[in-house]
Amino acid sequence: MIEVKELHKSFGTAHILKGVSTEFEKGKVNMIIGQSGSGKTVFLKCLLGLHVPEEGSIAFDGRIYSKLDIDKKRELRTEIGMLFQGSALFDSLTVEENIMFPLKMFASQSKKEMLARVNFVLDRVNLSNSNHKFPAELSGGMQKRVGIARAIVMNPKYLFCDEPNSGLDPQTATVIDNLIQEITEEYNIVTIVNSHDMNSVMEIGKKIVFLKDGKKAWEGSNKEIFITDNEVVINFVYSSNLFKKVREIYLNESKL
Amino acid sequence: MNYLEHIGKYFLMLGQVFKRPQKWNVFREMLFREIEDLGLKSLGIIMFISFFIGGVVAIQTALNVDSPFIPKYLIGFATKRSMILEFGPTFTSVILAGKVGSYIASSIGTMRVTEQIDALEVMGVNSLNYLVLPKVIAALFFYPLLVLIAMFLGIFGGWAAGVLTDLFHTVDYIDGLQLDFNPYFVKYALVKTVLFAFVIATVPAYHGYYVKGGSLEVGRASTEAVVWTSVSIITLNYFLTQMLLG
Repeated sequence: MIEVKELHKSFGTAHILKGVSTEFEKGKVNMIIGQSGSGKTVFLKCLLGLHVPEEGSIAFDGRIYSKLDIDKKRELRTEIGMLFQGSALFDSLTVEENIMFPLKMFASQSKKEMLARVNFVLDRVNLSNSNHKFPAELSGGMQKRVGIARAIVMNPKYLFCDEPNSGLDPQTATVIDNLIQEITEEYNIVTIVNSHDMNSVMEIGKKIVFLKDGKKAWEGSNKEIFITDNEVVINFVYSSNLFKKVREIYLNESKL
Repeated sequence: MNYLEHIGKYFLMLGQVFKRPQKWNVFREMLFREIEDLGLKSLGIIMFISFFIGGVVAIQTALNVDSPFIPKYLIGFATKRSMILEFGPTFTSVILAGKVGSYIASSIGTMRVTEQIDALEVMGVNSLNYLVLPKVIAALFFYPLLVLIAMFLGIFGGWAAGVLTDLFHTVDYIDGLQLDFNPYFVKYALVKTVLFAFVIATVPAYHGYYVKGGSLEVGRASTEAVVWTSVSIITLNYFLTQMLLG
């Protein structure tokens, strides 16, 4: 479990996060949503340790990140898998080398064992036989899948995904969503997804945290988001006519 | 940001760079890759330029020394001195600052803007140590070798120019080369090269690592890296010359 308490983060005079508190549980896909500029990415980067918050605490299964020494922090980071918005695959390395990289850095396995693990995760994301391709030779969806494979190769306890569906067609986006959900449940890990894609939110968001102006404006499940009367959430989530209609149908069916 | 802040940040960066590598076999792999990228791939241009620079120095000296009272062996002597003292170490380093400096700044800068450096940090990798230390070690060990080759080819280029233009004779040129040869000058050139190599690897790395924005900013960082590396080399050269030869 990841517990976040009263997180504050500023850049110069801009106060981005204004006391965000929440919890993210194991085996669930947790979604962070909000408008552009609401502080989602800063929040995610604080959780990842890429930004240092001025106030507040982040505890990974009871281990408060800011109180750990540098070695313990590095150790904790090996338990984290991250899928970046642009995949962030290393251009100069092949798919196989990209996925093997964390193993080479932190695992004490033989080359044969590492290769077996790489092939296992590649198979898990349905990308067998792509070992020797370079990232530039892959489509956006394939790059995301390699990114997921690299994120899970070390058997992480925590998986972070920044806008996993950006730039993908709806069909590929669904494949990625399903993959994230399956991996979360299969390995019983804490997954946190930062997303703009309302389809994903409705489909896989077992817990949703809505940020507005650096504060937590709402939190609940993908079932509760249909019935919430929170105006800010309604205005954001149901801004499109399609989602308005979906909500109406859901509410009517619930009444019946 | 003011200059002092940049200097402070640069030295803080060096503090992270010079740490024990997290995995020696990964470091070794990176080191060989950097020797190829920063060293071997620069060999061609350095050989080409130094050969012709040596030739031009010899021709210029020969054309300017037209008095019958000045011996012809001075052409070989001047070419040797110029190549060993300045053209070898300093000129080669300025060329490398352009070629290698822009490569280092743009490759690290691209990694920064495409979140590859964030990916390393999230994994728990000391990104500065992983990316920059192999470059520094590769440059420190390989550039003195490049400069020795440049010196040799420059002197050889001077001889070839003389033979082809018939401005002086081989015997006079070799006499000049042998005249007042001081091995300390080679040592001085190599000491300078080691320091320049350090600047060539670290200053562009600083510009690339701390870039913010997109591809345009990476381009700007690359240009700034070349400018500041060249300025640092020229300034350092001035002080080193005074300290080691003065």
